[in-house]
Amino acid sequence: MKINPDKCVACGNCIYVCPVGAIYVDPAIKRATVDRNECVECYACYNGLSSERLNPVLVRTIRKLFQMVRLRFDPEPDICPTSAFEPEDLQWPRVVRRAFSDPRATHESTGVQGRGTEEVKTNDVTQRVKSGEVGFTIEFGRPGVGVWFRDIQRMTQALAKANVPFEKKNPLTLLMSDVSTGALREDILDEKILSAIVEIKVPVSRTEEIVQLVHEVEKDIDSVVALGLGTRCDESGEEHVVAPILERLGYRLVRAKTNTGLGRVTNPEEQPAQTETAVL
Amino acid sequence: MTNTLHRYGNAESFLDDYVVFASPSRGKNDVGSVPKLKKFLEMALPFKPVNIGDPPHGGALRPSRNETIASHWHRDVQPHLQAVIEGINEPASVAAVFDNLEAAENFLKTVKEADLGLCVNISASIEGAKKCCKFAGIAPHSIGYSLGFEGRTEKLPNTQILALTTMCGHGMISSSLGKKMIDWVKEGRRTPEEAVTYMARFCSCGIFNPSRAKRILKDARKKME
Repeated sequence: MKINPDKCVACGNCIYVCPVGAIYVDPAIKRATVDRNECVECYACYNGLSSERLNPVLVRTIRKLFQMVRLRFDPEPDICPTSAFEPEDLQWPRVVRRAFSDPRATHESTGVQGRGTEEVKTNDVTQRVKSGEVGFTIEFGRPGVGVWFRDIQRMTQALAKANVPFEKKNPLTLLMSDVSTGALREDILDEKILSAIVEIKVPVSRTEEIVQLVHEVEKDIDSVVALGLGTRCDESGEEHVVAPILERLGYRLVRAKTNTGLGRVTNPEEQPAQTETAVL
Repeated sequence: MTNTLHRYGNAESFLDDYVVFASPSRGKNDVGSVPKLKKFLEMALPFKPVNIGDPPHGGALRPSRNETIASHWHRDVQPHLQAVIEGINEPASVAAVFDNLEAAENFLKTVKEADLGLCVNISASIEGAKKCCKFAGIAPHSIGYSLGFEGRTEKLPNTQILALTTMCGHGMISSSLGKKMIDWVKEGRRTPEEAVTYMARFCSCGIFNPSRAKRILKDARKKME
């Protein structure tokens, strides 16, 4: 993402809306500037800010006059008054930043099909996680911290060493140069993204082992980790297998995503999927 | 995505937060799903959702590319629920957000009766989701637990900011904006009602809960945690 210095009036609104704090007013040019190393190409600035098309010279003049008499205009905080944001044509490997950071991005250029897969939210029709299994989602970087692929690789390599199979359709798995070792492509390791999710599935008996492993490895990762565990309910809709393990490990279970089981396979057999589904 | 899963708060904090969403699964039930997704959201409207959303296009409050100087005094802050429904044009998860248990329970019951065939999930407190399913006569199929945030948690903002910003699970609402809105409400520069509209526009899935956000901002006005 770039900010056009000819349009920017340094109002500062965009500084606050950047999820990773990559925008600042450069004192040398007195314009808002994007720190390219920290920017994760999430497009929150471009997609989230509303835009006006005011004349930059006029706005700067008014702002200077106000400053001279110690007055400050109190603008709406989610507007770029001069439409100064200009998306770039991102090339590989930088384009992976956007693929993993902008929820509206398409992924043709990366070959990545979305940031995550469907976990257990479509489990009633995919049967991805069966009784006696646990699906882990190990998410890095959110909220607002970001993560480097190099750090994610520490986790994928540790999981591979523990003989944990990765979810095949997950975008991170698709970016591995060697799935058996958990190694990611060398050319993306120095790219920073807003978030990514490692997805794995193991027997319930390995739940504690994997939770402990994640705990150990995350100590060496310079970001936050959000852990999610999905599993099947019994016939009465209760879940009494995984929850006790997690509670014994000290977790207080408060929030969950519950698949109601109302889904049915309705596609005609011979008909392929329409398009890539965006998932929540 | 685990977009609705890792909202920050305790069980009490989720008493006014119920996200019910419908997902088509690739190759399973996505063919012909667009009219069903529209119907899903249309069925939500009588129960007065506080937000609805369609990830490719946004929620009920969206940013505009054509604001004018007058926007600084007269801004459109009304959620456009019908526009969200009309804009659905591809198979994608759609969500309806409710701020009370009764509405979520009745909506889920209506969805069950409609038998759309889509995958339907409820993201809420575990107890809240259980109550909804029991009311609708549903035995849940699967459950995905949130174990919260770990690792370098010292990089996270305070709990009030987290409670606000994690309502956009894609992380599009920055901690700086969350803090700014708390500060502005404390200073009296904006009302909680105004502040939540700014934040809601950044959530591209429409799962941000303006009602819960208002409560959090009102609480934050009194104390910083």
